[in-house]
Amino acid sequence: MALNTTVKVHPVVLFQIVDAYERRNSEAARVIGTLLGTVEKGIVEVTNCFSVPHKEYEDQVDAELSYASNLYALNHRVNPQEVIVGWWATGNEVTSHSSLIHEYYARECKNPIHLTLDTTLQNAKMGIRAYLNVPIGVPGGSVGCMFTPINVEVTCYEPEVVGVQLCQKTVAGGVGGKKIVEPLLDLAQVAEASRRLTGLLDQVLTYVEDVLAGHAQPDNAVGRALLDMVNSVPKMSNEEFENMFNSNVKDLLMVITLAQLVKTQLQLNEKLTLLTTL
Amino acid sequence: MANNWAGPSRRLPENESSIAYVQMDGLAVMKMIKHSHEEATRNLEIAQGALLGLVVDTRLEITNCFPFPKHNDDTMDEEEYQLTMMRQLRRVNVDHFHVGWYQSADVGNFLNVPLLESQFHYQTSIEESVVVIYDTQKTTRGFLSLKAYRLTPQAIQMYKENEFAPENLRNLKVGYETLFVEVPIVIKNSHLTNIMLLELSEMIPEEEGSKFLDLGTASVLENQLRCLMDRVDELNQEAIKFNRYQQQVLRQQQDKNRFLVKRESENAARKAKNESPLPDDDINKLFRPIPAPQRLNPMIVSGQIQTYSQHISQFCSQSLAKLYITQALQNAKEGKSTP
Repeated sequence: MALNTTVKVHPVVLFQIVDAYERRNSEAARVIGTLLGTVEKGIVEVTNCFSVPHKEYEDQVDAELSYASNLYALNHRVNPQEVIVGWWATGNEVTSHSSLIHEYYARECKNPIHLTLDTTLQNAKMGIRAYLNVPIGVPGGSVGCMFTPINVEVTCYEPEVVGVQLCQKTVAGGVGGKKIVEPLLDLAQVAEASRRLTGLLDQVLTYVEDVLAGHAQPDNAVGRALLDMVNSVPKMSNEEFENMFNSNVKDLLMVITLAQLVKTQLQLNEKLTLLTTL
Repeated sequence: MANNWAGPSRRLPENESSIAYVQMDGLAVMKMIKHSHEEATRNLEIAQGALLGLVVDTRLEITNCFPFPKHNDDTMDEEEYQLTMMRQLRRVNVDHFHVGWYQSADVGNFLNVPLLESQFHYQTSIEESVVVIYDTQKTTRGFLSLKAYRLTPQAIQMYKENEFAPENLRNLKVGYETLFVEVPIVIKNSHLTNIMLLELSEMIPEEEGSKFLDLGTASVLENQLRCLMDRVDELNQEAIKFNRYQQQVLRQQQDKNRFLVKRESENAARKAKNESPLPDDDINKLFRPIPAPQRLNPMIVSGQIQTYSQHISQFCSQSLAKLYITQALQNAKEGKSTP
């Protein structure tokens, strides 16, 4: 059991866990479910998950395992590459019930990962933690197992980043209400990005001025990064740039006129064919 | 029905509920993105799935979604898959009201006959259903592209009658612009999800979200223009067909007139010789009326061309904006380096 495995989680999984927690039955304090994904050379990539109904008693756990295998089969039909890689639970600690559940999942796959998402918001943060089960104890004597933490990272496909960024706008909501956001039009998005860039540039400039005036400590790493950034702007002479700029602008304007022309042509065509009487 | 040009915000007759806007949960959005992206990168196929949610007043809430398996898998019937899936989801308290379906589209080419048919079936069985189109290419380039469409009442009427001749379309006032009506989408997240998003923003590196500032426009424009050219060619073919039909009808008319005149003169000649006039043959049996070509395909193609042109204009406008930004930067650099 390699302890240097890292777990890469996709944002979809986190969304699902939070949603399942919000929809739980009133008597359940926490929710559990299965993690699906792929395992590759010590890196476990979790791309999907679903929740499994379960009940916890004093020293017993009832989980609907047939439900879990049914849903896994359904999912497998859509996505044959996803396999069970572990299980998740909400809450901020690993309880004794967890080892029982973990045993079941150890039968479904090798080295199941256990992921916890702290929805009770202890420590004022929603901690995402992952654990592996390792056996401990004295050989020949009492043996047990322990959940050891491993690293968790968040990866996304490129479109997922775009989705997450849009959803993040709902965070900056009003005091009482949940703010809603619309998918932005192209132009508005570019405008907003340029605003963000100017903000970032201002920050960098204030830092540099502070260093020059002696208010802040110069940091070599930051300095080298700044040098990289400044050098990465392509050096073009004025004429080259003018040429490139003008030709691109001409192309785009021509395409815009063509598109408008096509639209008017369509309308004309429609009128002609529909309204001719014979 | 005839004076029913209503868009989603105007008053509609009582037997039709109107949907003013669609509200999606972040979860549904992310699941759609993930499924479409995986299908596009692995199999280069279109992803389809069902949308689950509720209808509240004039707002259609979409809270979850699940993907459909491919059609070539015969082990389980599609209906059965949907029902089993929804039953399982109901166990974990997910909204199980089927409110629509989604489809991914490459460069926005989604408007075709199967789509219209599916949406027609959905809308007749579930009054408020929508189809959400997700554009894979555009989102990879950095702009989230989600659009929700519903068929207009005229389009439903037209489909019910299954008659696509020009007179029918004229009566119903259906044109390529009134096939679909776009419903605005908003995204909403619960408070807990917002907290999770805050955590997430710390874990995702900052530079990953700036793909849309890319200046390269050639490849994208080429693709889009090529698709546009294909569609325009198709429309051209349809127009040629229609022209040929018109010429045929004209020729047939002339033939009919000539035949009638001949008949008249023959009858007059016979009367002069005191013979019985020839019976009046049924004109229509001799000259069968030529059926008008179906207008469905050209209408769809026109609608598709319209969406393409809109996309292209949008794309060009934002590319222009980016170019002007670089010009400003270059001018600033020149300004600094000359003195």
